[in-house]
Amino acid sequence: MTATGASATGTSSTGTSSTGGVRWARLVGTLLGPGMARRLVVAALAGSAADLAGVALIASAAWLITRAAEQPSLAALSVAIVGVRAFATSKGVFRYAERLTGHDVALRAQAATRERLYESLIPAGPLQRRGADLLSRMVDDTEAVQDLLVRCLLPAVAALLTGVAAVVIGAFLLPVAALVLALGLLVAGVLLPAGTAAAARRWSARIAPARAELAARVADLVHGAADLAAYGAKEQALADGMAADARLAALERGQSRINATALGLGVLVQGATVAAVTLIAQATGLGQVATAVLALTALVSFEPVLPLAGAGERFAGVASALGRLAEIQASPVMVAEPERPAPPPEAPLLVEVRDLVVRHGDRDPALAGVDLTLTPGRRVAVVGPSGAGKSTLLSALMRTADIESGDIRINGVDIRSYATDDVRAAMTGLTQDPYVFQASFRDNLRLAGPEASDGELVEAVRRARLDAWADRTGWDTVLGEDGRTVSGGQLQRLALARALLYDPPVLLLDEPAEALDEETADALTADLLDATRGRTTLLVTHRLRGLEQVDEIVVLEEGRVTQRGTHAELVSAPGYYRDLWESETLAASSRASTG
Amino acid sequence: MHKDLLGLARAEPAVRRHLAVCLAAAIVAGLLVLAQAELLAGVLSGRFAVAALLPLVLVVLVRGALGRLQGVSAGRTATGVKSVLRARLMRRFQESGPAGPRSGELVTLVGRGLDALDPYLTGYLPAAAVAAVVPIAVLVRLFVADVASALIVLFTLPLIPVFGALVGWTTKAVTERQWRALSRLGGHFLDVVRGLPTLRAFGRARYQSSVIREVAAAHRAATMRTLRVAFLSSLVLELAASLSLALVAVPVGLRLLSGSLHLDTALLVLLLAPEAYLPLRAMGTKFHASVEGVAAADEAFALLAPASPASSAADARAGDGRAEPSPVTAGTAAAAGIPRTGRLPGGRARGDGARADGARADAARTDGGPAGRAPEIRLEHVTVRYPGREQAALDDVSLVVAPGERVALVGESGGGKSTLLHLLLGFVTPSEGRVLVDGVDLATLDLDEWRRRLAFVPQRPHLFAMSVADNIGLGGAASPGLVRAAAASAQAAGFVEALPEGYDTVLGERGVNLSAGQRQRVALARAFCRPSAEVLLLDEPTARLDGRSEAAVVEATRALAEGRTAIVVAHRPAMIGLADRVVRIGAGRIVPGRRADALAAERGDVR
Repeated sequence: MTATGASATGTSSTGTSSTGGVRWARLVGTLLGPGMARRLVVAALAGSAADLAGVALIASAAWLITRAAEQPSLAALSVAIVGVRAFATSKGVFRYAERLTGHDVALRAQAATRERLYESLIPAGPLQRRGADLLSRMVDDTEAVQDLLVRCLLPAVAALLTGVAAVVIGAFLLPVAALVLALGLLVAGVLLPAGTAAAARRWSARIAPARAELAARVADLVHGAADLAAYGAKEQALADGMAADARLAALERGQSRINATALGLGVLVQGATVAAVTLIAQATGLGQVATAVLALTALVSFEPVLPLAGAGERFAGVASALGRLAEIQASPVMVAEPERPAPPPEAPLLVEVRDLVVRHGDRDPALAGVDLTLTPGRRVAVVGPSGAGKSTLLSALMRTADIESGDIRINGVDIRSYATDDVRAAMTGLTQDPYVFQASFRDNLRLAGPEASDGELVEAVRRARLDAWADRTGWDTVLGEDGRTVSGGQLQRLALARALLYDPPVLLLDEPAEALDEETADALTADLLDATRGRTTLLVTHRLRGLEQVDEIVVLEEGRVTQRGTHAELVSAPGYYRDLWESETLAASSRASTG
Repeated sequence: MHKDLLGLARAEPAVRRHLAVCLAAAIVAGLLVLAQAELLAGVLSGRFAVAALLPLVLVVLVRGALGRLQGVSAGRTATGVKSVLRARLMRRFQESGPAGPRSGELVTLVGRGLDALDPYLTGYLPAAAVAAVVPIAVLVRLFVADVASALIVLFTLPLIPVFGALVGWTTKAVTERQWRALSRLGGHFLDVVRGLPTLRAFGRARYQSSVIREVAAAHRAATMRTLRVAFLSSLVLELAASLSLALVAVPVGLRLLSGSLHLDTALLVLLLAPEAYLPLRAMGTKFHASVEGVAAADEAFALLAPASPASSAADARAGDGRAEPSPVTAGTAAAAGIPRTGRLPGGRARGDGARADGARADAARTDGGPAGRAPEIRLEHVTVRYPGREQAALDDVSLVVAPGERVALVGESGGGKSTLLHLLLGFVTPSEGRVLVDGVDLATLDLDEWRRRLAFVPQRPHLFAMSVADNIGLGGAASPGLVRAAAASAQAAGFVEALPEGYDTVLGERGVNLSAGQRQRVALARAFCRPSAEVLLLDEPTARLDGRSEAAVVEATRALAEGRTAIVVAHRPAMIGLADRVVRIGAGRIVPGRRADALAAERGDVR
């Protein structure tokens, strides 16, 4: 399926080089419009001011104390006393401002990322059949923008400004010592974070597969519990799970050793720098006051710098998450919109499919030259084994799969010259894998008819044979993941109700009786055929019962039409249709004979 | 402190050792800060010679080494705790079976979820240990050096825990959690992204874009309102620490001026005072970072807490894909109110079964059938209740399945068909009544032994992330020949051989994905791979198969059922046609339905 291709490109980005990096940097750049940039600058300034106040507090306190020891007049100290108090107060206030503005800008950036990502997903892209967990990882990835700003960018800016300020103070007092301090700060603020970032990249390349392996084993244990119990395979599965955990744990310990080393080195660099600065100051005969200010400024200036090693580790994760998003947004759109779309087609619609070839990726064509005509008011059924191309045909009609050759015309106009939304407004219905949103039953239905009256809702529900369930469950009961679960059969009927409510000029129905038990399926099919009498309908199905009523049946096998005609014609000719019909009816007769 | 987590760490010798090393390293490194301050103050004040910088560098070196040791042993503690928890959780899933609807969450909890423990174990615990020791040591040193400054620190220090713990921590823990929940408006976003194909089909995709923006803006506004308050507590903490420093520094400066204090002491006080506050603030920060981990630990221990598992089996998914937790035996009392007289739908069936018994047994002997004789299965007034459900899943069901009989279970979804199969598998136990296998109560049988006599195809079979061959030969060392034969019988050989690596192809999310019909056939091959099984339990084996495959599978099942007892949940006529007897189940009861009646009548006619 397309999903495997998408996942392959998605995961390959984890270790991607500069192109991925450039791409996500551009992604972040586009997020930071003028309004955002201003907020980000305010947050960075507030954070820097808080850290600078911290350094200034210690420096002025050191000056105050050592100067006081020389016993000057009180007036000589008053500025320092005011300074100590002012810096002590402003540090907290600036920190508060930084946290508020920083989180505000991070939330805005995340919202913008999501919106942009969503908009890039709206045109049918190669991701349209992405697995559920890949989708949720993608959503998690959008949270990386927050971490990028709050945990990486803002602390880095504050550390940079604080370090520069400390070096400037040092340069006034003793340029050589300032040089040593600059060196120490560079090691702790650039070298160590770069090291942890590189290590995190390297280790996560090894940890990610181990983690996935563990997840697969655990999923097997949980989802396959019944199978394992029934076949006495529990112990083996448990042993496999624990072995996977042991491999992961060994790798995680390896990574924690790297980070612990960076932590220890940071402490060492800070202490060594302070000692070296003091030594130089003493050796060059710098005065006591200046020496104390220099040494303590050096000591404190490391405080915002040391956490950058941890930020470096986080940055590696952020970069790969944003790289994955950038890759998704850059992935080509499968169905291009026309530059100047034709006016929407007007009902009644004549749809002609001529020699249609559709291909998913590099594989053999899913449709290899299909002809089909949907005449107003006529109903056509498409049958065939799974994988024959039935759903692909619907995708091509709904413009979620592109046409390789041949064409589809609506009222004589090439389908590619209409806006895709206009095509789907004309031809839609019950699609494969319908989705239940976390919303009330009513809202789940209403998305197919925002302006529909209550009466129309009730009517659609009744025709989809969902009325009893709807009354029992309640129209305002929340469905979906955190709400009431909907069984496969009910889901199918909800999707059918949506299709009937939407009431498109050409109704497409993809396996409406799928996942229903035999009797409900029969009843639903009967109702469906009643409800669609006289309207243009394309029905894809694997069940033949009731197909006597449709105007034409097309048998699709391996992407080609192998038979077409009415039910009566097809059952009288040898082929897939008759075989299937016989196996469906065989049961009844064999039941009668065995009985 | 998380009681259960610490208990676990203490109970495991390896983990306990690493945790002890980690905490000791953190505390010693914290105490070395005192020595560092002492030496630096001495050098800066001129009390010590410049040579004292050498021991200072040594102290720093040891602190660095201890920092590394702390990190390494923290990592070992974290992986150790996670491994123990994972092992316990995995075993738990196997013993009692998880509650199904949340099975996805469970998988996440055991995987990424437990990783949230890292900040707690590697960050919060060492910080808490340091916070318990270092401030006191600093205070003691300050009292020795300068009582006045020590008193200021002593009186301001409690402000941090008081403001922090009382005002801040509790509310902030809540608001942070709330913030996380909000920032997971992912919930809404993910929902919309997942449903995008549906939105696209009805022309609502673009409209949702503005909804996403509005929801995000509303959530941001709400979040910032809570954060404005939440961050106030950290403002108070920050102010308490830095103002205390000012409170200490200014009087010290004034006393230096009057000559009542030595510079050496003054510098020591200046260097040490912040170190009294730092550990407490660090602990607060680490605590907030570890909130998620505490939640994960709570969840894990809640799952591990001794519940009242009625069965020793994995129940997994019951009734039509809807998972159902293990029933509680306590349901008996509730069930006692239900009258059970006068309705014995099993009565006639029992008669039929008895009649069929002799004939079948003879047939089995002459056919040379399976080694063990297919057993007679008898349900006597069985009621199964699931906790939290008012209606019984099976309600006073009596049924006899004769050795070698083929029974089709039919009826609407959720009627109790799957529960009946799970009952025979021992995944659920009767709240009332009993199941007899050749006259012996199933509850007294060794379940593993009993299951060895069964072959089961669940409604939604799980394919494991292993090779096709291992999937087919699940739980036994089946020879390649047997696996191939089983695959051929289940109509799976064709597509399996077309896979890139044939029977060695790895399945699953990171391997090859099979279509629903193909999965069904691999699962069916599992049953064929147990030639010694005496009882077949098949839950809609032909669901999701197209007509041709269905016919082939029905034929294969007919062959497999020869000489064995088969109980088949069926929706499709072809499968139903294979049965000797059709039993209709609805609302947990056996329904004397049309088909069952008709068939019984027909059988009567033939005999």
